[in-house]
Amino acid sequence: MIQKEVKNLAEAVSDIPDGSAILSSGFGGAGLPTQLLEALYEQGAKNLTLISNNAGSGTNGIAKLVIAGRIKKMICSFPRQKEEWAFDDLYRAGKIELELVPQGTLAERIRAGGAGIGGFYTPTGYGTELANGKDTRVIDGVNHIFEKAIKADFALIKADKGDRWGNLTYRGTGRNFGPIMATAARCTIAQVKEIVELGALDPEVVVTPGIFVQRVVLAGSKS
Amino acid sequence: MMDLSKIKKRSTADIAKRIVQDIPDGAHVNLGIGQPMSISNYLPSDREILLHSENGLLGMGPLAQGDEIDEELVNAGKQPVTMLPGASLCHHADSFVMIRGGHIDICVLGAFQVSIKGDIANWRTGDPKAIPAVGGAMDLALGAKKLFVMMEHLTKSGESKLVKKCTYPLTALEAVDCIYTDLATIAVTPNGLVAIDWADGLTFEELQELSGVPLIRADK
Repeated sequence: MIQKEVKNLAEAVSDIPDGSAILSSGFGGAGLPTQLLEALYEQGAKNLTLISNNAGSGTNGIAKLVIAGRIKKMICSFPRQKEEWAFDDLYRAGKIELELVPQGTLAERIRAGGAGIGGFYTPTGYGTELANGKDTRVIDGVNHIFEKAIKADFALIKADKGDRWGNLTYRGTGRNFGPIMATAARCTIAQVKEIVELGALDPEVVVTPGIFVQRVVLAGSKS
Repeated sequence: MMDLSKIKKRSTADIAKRIVQDIPDGAHVNLGIGQPMSISNYLPSDREILLHSENGLLGMGPLAQGDEIDEELVNAGKQPVTMLPGASLCHHADSFVMIRGGHIDICVLGAFQVSIKGDIANWRTGDPKAIPAVGGAMDLALGAKKLFVMMEHLTKSGESKLVKKCTYPLTALEAVDCIYTDLATIAVTPNGLVAIDWADGLTFEELQELSGVPLIRADK
């Protein structure tokens, strides 16, 4: 029997070790797995590399881990948003490393990681400072740069509904990075609003097939 | 010194309406964060123009109001939006396949500088205190079939934002197709920058002087 449902948020993140590379879904607040990030904060893992579109805003979610000094490196496309100060302060103080990646390249690097591809050539970024040190190649007369795939130890994602096999649906633009991040981690943990009976999700509307998901947990579950 | 007070500068709304003239029926369009987003207020009802939001929404509607607000449905600027009938949602990799794969017809971005070759600098000024953030700008600049730039013609200190070579960090090389400013509409062509139209009260010669880079008159 396959049982990916775990009891609560604390159990879902209990084995994430120090030094892990972690993918987190979310575009601003939409699709951000706030409860899992909160549980990770409580769990105490440190020295983390966090891969997400943004670098957190306010004092919750990613920002909470940043403020607590638990993140050594952020890989993201847009570390600038309303009420973002935690990351800014640490970055200016040289206490957090930043790898800035164009958003489409970030998405494709994650997709490639999940698809078993080592990397790819893209025109995006050619001739800019984000191409420094990267291999270049002319393909069909167009300048390209090489971008390496991203793989991670864990992915924390927010979905809408899930079942015990790990099948997931999403809502609105909360989908964003979730489906690709689910494929690119050794262990993908999905927080969902509702866990439904096997067979209750229409196969036609499942966005993430369960094979990509190792754990499903209710967003509201407390230990 | 030129008397600038006689020039009837185009407002943001005027520039937006001018850009709309160049967006055909059936176009799939991505509007960058900031000024370009205001273009959505002027889309004509007799043309079907589909707005794409890089966070996975095609067929974006107006900003959400009151009960419509849903924190899981936002635009690229993270503001709550609505979906039009016929809208579709996708994940981030597919959304950037639309952009990078050349499926988006027109993208409109803001810019700090555009060069005579169409190079664009729009993501950072190089200020060491500012946090570098690129978002989807580099993908959009190269991926869309046409790149329009919406910007002020001059900086606050009066320098032209049309330059021989960008001095700010580049977003993309040879990417811009047309520039829409408060003073003029200027196409980037293999022959150079072509001034298509300019603000009332301004002569071509004055536009040329203010721009600081060679311009070609479209009607010549």
